[in-house]
Amino acid sequence: MVTRDTLIDMLNKIAETIIENKEFLTDLDAAIGDGDHGINMDKGFRAVIEKLHGVKDKDCGSILKTTAMTLISTVGGASGPLYGTAFLKASIIAKEKMELESEDIIRMFDEGIKGIVMRGKAKRGEKTMLDSLIPAYEALKISIEGGDTLTQAFDKASKAAYDGVEYTKTIRATKGRASYLGNRSIGHQDPGATSSYLMIKSLANFLSN
Amino acid sequence: MKKVINNPQNVVNEMLEGMVKAHPEYVKRLEGFDVLVRVKEPKRGKVALVSGGGSGHEPSHGGFVGEGMLDGAVAGEVFTSPTPDQVFEAVKAVEGGAGVLLIIKNYTGDIMNFEMAQELAEAGNIKVDRVIVNDDVAVENSTWTTGRRGIAGTIFVHKIAGAAAEKGMDLPGVKRIAEKVIAGVRSMGMSLTPCTVPAAGKPGFKLLEDEMEVGLGIHGEPGIYKEKIKPASQITKDLMDKIFTDIKLEENDEVAVLINGLGGTPLMELYIVNNEVDKFLKKKGIKIYRTVVGNYMTSLEMAGFSISILKLDDELKGLLNYKADTPAFKQL
Repeated sequence: MVTRDTLIDMLNKIAETIIENKEFLTDLDAAIGDGDHGINMDKGFRAVIEKLHGVKDKDCGSILKTTAMTLISTVGGASGPLYGTAFLKASIIAKEKMELESEDIIRMFDEGIKGIVMRGKAKRGEKTMLDSLIPAYEALKISIEGGDTLTQAFDKASKAAYDGVEYTKTIRATKGRASYLGNRSIGHQDPGATSSYLMIKSLANFLSN
Repeated sequence: MKKVINNPQNVVNEMLEGMVKAHPEYVKRLEGFDVLVRVKEPKRGKVALVSGGGSGHEPSHGGFVGEGMLDGAVAGEVFTSPTPDQVFEAVKAVEGGAGVLLIIKNYTGDIMNFEMAQELAEAGNIKVDRVIVNDDVAVENSTWTTGRRGIAGTIFVHKIAGAAAEKGMDLPGVKRIAEKVIAGVRSMGMSLTPCTVPAAGKPGFKLLEDEMEVGLGIHGEPGIYKEKIKPASQITKDLMDKIFTDIKLEENDEVAVLINGLGGTPLMELYIVNNEVDKFLKKKGIKIYRTVVGNYMTSLEMAGFSISILKLDDELKGLLNYKADTPAFKQL
């Protein structure tokens, strides 16, 4: 079970991880995109940290919705609408809840991914964030349904997301700016898949501590 | 990084302030937003045109706000799409009762952010439609890519759709004109040097002293191939050949030509390219109706240029001739 205090800690942990990896994400993006992924995500999550102070007493839905709207209005590029939409969809599941059960977290993850698919018109295998998010979601769901704790489930999700990032190195991008490179995008890991993996990994680390 | 700036985080804000101070008779800034609109109140009953995108392409798009072209321009961070709230604010400010047309360059981020702004506007009962410019023939237009990018050909869309709106066409009419321009315009570019996004602090890619990159995007996205630098005549021919594989032009067809500098190439070289383009088209018996040479869709300090060719008919010619009076484009 995740209380709203824990939820805020988790979101802060995600934000810190993204901020720490600003340069890394920007370098990955410079290789196959336009080199702004880390810069934009850093800006967005710094704003999220600020905004979270103001929603400490709110329900989980409001906390997630604030996160979503902050990302939508600060990140820009493609990542802003995509991550923003994901958090917005998750916030609907968490609406008026003061704590989240493992089942809620599975549904939030599922709805978030559906939001990204809708907004980005992408699917798995196109060298996008979906290539780490979908395997992570599947691993999380199987793990929880098999009776694992949330900590164990996120650990497995994190490993699946990592494998997803590795997989993006082997495929050609057909969505986003990297698609302009054709086969030249092969060999590079996708920056969006990487930022998604880093978020999930930060949650796994947080829960195991 | 060597740039005339104060703080990398504040370049867009300070640039917009400077633009407004340079052109107070044309544009004003929406307070609290990175949006430039015409200084005059929205004309009732006129379709309003809003464009925008990442900054770093100046004078695009704020420089084209004014009579006969755009009503509003939204500036994102350097090379980053503006956010939906900013676009929505521009739409609300310029809307004059006849609806708003969004002119979007074909990039994943731009489309998503403008699409979310459109959803916000429609929820507020503002009629909004959009067109997506995809003139760059360097990118294969197939199901395997996001599609061709929008580059300098966008200026022709601003000019011609802007004239249609100014003449009083309704939203579907202005959209039809914009789509006709998009269907008839093709562009291709090359670069000699990379450019540096202020917040990144280092160039987006590397080129050797004697190398050029062909088919490069306006955000420093790598091009389709690198090769040794060639004479202007040969570079021009390579780009024009590629453009001609993508658009059907026959003897006696009329075209408008835009030789666009990417920011770091002198006009001298752009005119040399224009001379080559003229020779190329004359040899094919294609008539040049209008030529525009200058820096319209730049890529920070990148050296290089793009060629845009727009196929014209009588309707488009009439609109191309219509008055435009903006900071960066005048047709008097």
